[in-house]
Amino acid sequence: MLRFAARRLLLALAVAFTVSAIAFMLLRLSGDLATTLAGQEARAEDVERIRQQFGLDQPLILQYGDWLWRALRGDFGRSLFYPESVGALIRDRLPNTALLASLGLLIALAFSIPLGMAAAFWRNSWIDRMALMLAVLGQAMPNFWFALLLVFFFGMTLGWLPISGTDGFANFIMPAMALGWYATPVLMRLTRAGMVDVLAADYVRTAHAKGLPLRVVLIKHALRNAVVPVVALAAVQFGNMLSGSVVIETVFALQGIGYLAWESISRRDFPVVQGILLVVALFYVVLTLLTDLLNAWLDPRIRSR
Amino acid sequence: MPGSTPVSAPGEELAAQAALPVPAARRRRPRWQRNLGLISSALVLAAIVIAALAAPWLAPHDPYVQSLNDRLLPPFFVDAERAVPSHPLGTDNLGRDYLSRLLYGARISLLIGFFAMVVSGLIGTVMGVLAGYFGGRTDTVVSFLVTTRLSLPIIMVALAVVSVFGGSLEVVVLVLGFLLWDRFAVVMRSATHQVRGREYILAAQAIGCSVPRILWQEVLPNVLSSLVVIASYEMAQAILLEAALSFLGLGVQPPLPSWGLMVSEAKEVMLFEPWMIMLPGAAICVLVLAINLLGDGIRDLTVPEGRA
Repeated sequence: MLRFAARRLLLALAVAFTVSAIAFMLLRLSGDLATTLAGQEARAEDVERIRQQFGLDQPLILQYGDWLWRALRGDFGRSLFYPESVGALIRDRLPNTALLASLGLLIALAFSIPLGMAAAFWRNSWIDRMALMLAVLGQAMPNFWFALLLVFFFGMTLGWLPISGTDGFANFIMPAMALGWYATPVLMRLTRAGMVDVLAADYVRTAHAKGLPLRVVLIKHALRNAVVPVVALAAVQFGNMLSGSVVIETVFALQGIGYLAWESISRRDFPVVQGILLVVALFYVVLTLLTDLLNAWLDPRIRSR
Repeated sequence: MPGSTPVSAPGEELAAQAALPVPAARRRRPRWQRNLGLISSALVLAAIVIAALAAPWLAPHDPYVQSLNDRLLPPFFVDAERAVPSHPLGTDNLGRDYLSRLLYGARISLLIGFFAMVVSGLIGTVMGVLAGYFGGRTDTVVSFLVTTRLSLPIIMVALAVVSVFGGSLEVVVLVLGFLLWDRFAVVMRSATHQVRGREYILAAQAIGCSVPRILWQEVLPNVLSSLVVIASYEMAQAILLEAALSFLGLGVQPPLPSWGLMVSEAKEVMLFEPWMIMLPGAAICVLVLAINLLGDGIRDLTVPEGRA
C-alpha cells in the first residue's frame, strides 16, 4: 500500500508541475506582457522600464521559477482589469463555485443512485428502458441549452426562480440542476452496472435466503458494495463540474470562478485566467489522488496494477 | 436465525420474488428489434449528412443575406397567420432565413466534429497502442500524459487558446483535437494490452515481423471495433464542445451559422421568441443523439453483452 501511495503521489506531483508549466506558457503565448501592462499610451522607454521592473527581460526558465515560487505561496500576481490581486479574486469567488458544484453533485447523486438501483433491480423492465433513455438524452443535450430551457420554464414562464445573479440561495438552484443533470447519466450507468454485478453475487443470494428483509439486502449488502466505484467517479465528476461551471455560471451570471474565467478570457486578463486554471487543475489532481488512494485502500487488487 | 426454515428451490423463488437477475433467463428480443437503434440512428445521421452536403440546393435562401423588413418572422408551426411560405422556419433578428442557417450549421458541426475526432483519434490511438504493446516505461509516460490532460479543465483551456489564436474553424478543430485524445488512449491501451499476448501476435513476432508491421497488420485490425465506438463518442463530444465554445462567443465567429452561436444570438429574444433557441438546440441534440446511438449500436453488435 505504501509503495502504491508513494508512486501515485509522485505521479500527482509530476502532473501538478506540468500543469503549472502549461498555465505559465499560456500567459506568455497571449502576447508581450510588458506592452499590455504599460498600456496603449506608453512610450518605448516605459515599456522597457516595466519589462525590467517585472523581470520580463530574464530568461524564461527563471521567470517560471519565480512565478511558481510566488504561486506556491498563494501569490498569483495582479489582474489587468480588477484592482484586487488574482489570489484575492479567486478566494472571493471560489466559495460560490464550491457551493454550486456541491449542490450539483448532490442533485446528481440523489437522482442517479435510486434510478440506477431501480434499473438494475427491474432489469429490462420499462423503468430500466426509461432510465437508459434519460441517460442517453441527458448526454446528448448541450449543457448551455439545458440551462436556457430551465431559465425559460422556471425563470421566465413560471417565474419561480431568479434567472441571473448571486443574491441568495435561490440563485444557485437552477445552475446546480443544470450542472447535476450533466453528471447524472454517467453516475446512473455506473450504479446500474455495479448493482447488476452485486445482485448476482453469492453473498446477496445468501443474505436473501437467510430471510433478511429486501430493504436490508439491497441497502446494506448490495448498495454498499456497488457504490464504491460510484463514489470514486463522483469525485472526478466534482472536478469536472468545476470546469463545467464556466458554461453554466456564464448562462446564469453567477459570480463564481467559472464566470470570472470567462470574463477574464473575453477581456484577455490572462494573469487571472492563469490563476484559475492552476487552482482548478490542482483541485482535480488532489481529488483524483485522494480517490485513487481510497480505492486502493478499499480494494487491494488495484494496488498491484 | 431467520434463514433456518428450509426453502425448496432457492434460485427459482429468489428470481420470482425479487426478480434477481438470472443470466440464463434473460429475454432474447428478435434481431431486428435489437438493431432498431442502430438502423434508426444511422438513418437520422445519414439524413443530416445529406442535408449538410446538399445545403446549397436545399436551402431556400442565402444564410448570410439580411433582410431588415423580414426580421423575426415566426415558423409555420408557431404562428401560421404571420408565417411566410418562403421562410418556413422563420427568420432571425437580422432577417436571415432560419432554415437555411440551420442547414448550413449542420456543415459546421459535422466538419468540426469529424476532423476533431480524426486529430484526437490519431494522437490517442498512437499513444494507446504503443503503451499497450510495449508496456513498461512507455506505458508510464502515456499514463502520465493522460493524467495531465485530464487535470486540465477542457472548456477553460479551449476558450483561452481560441481567444489567443482567433476563432477560425482550423483553430477550433485543432484545439478540440488536442484536448479529446485521452479516451482514445485509455481504451486503445487496454484493447492492445488484451490482444498482445494472443497466439497470432506471438507467431508474427516469432517469424520476425517488424514492430510497425505487427502493430499495423496484427494489432490494429483487432482493436478496430473499440476504436470505432470511441470515435463515435468523441465526435459527439467535439460537436457539443464546439457548440459550447461558440455559444460563449469564443468558438466559431459570426456570421457563420454555428448552431451554438445561433442559440447565443437567440438568447436575447428568448422570452418572446422561444422557438429561436429551441430549433438550433434541438438540432444539436438530435445530431449528438444519432451519433451516440450509432456508437451504442455498433458496440452491441461487436460485444453482445456489452450493454451497461
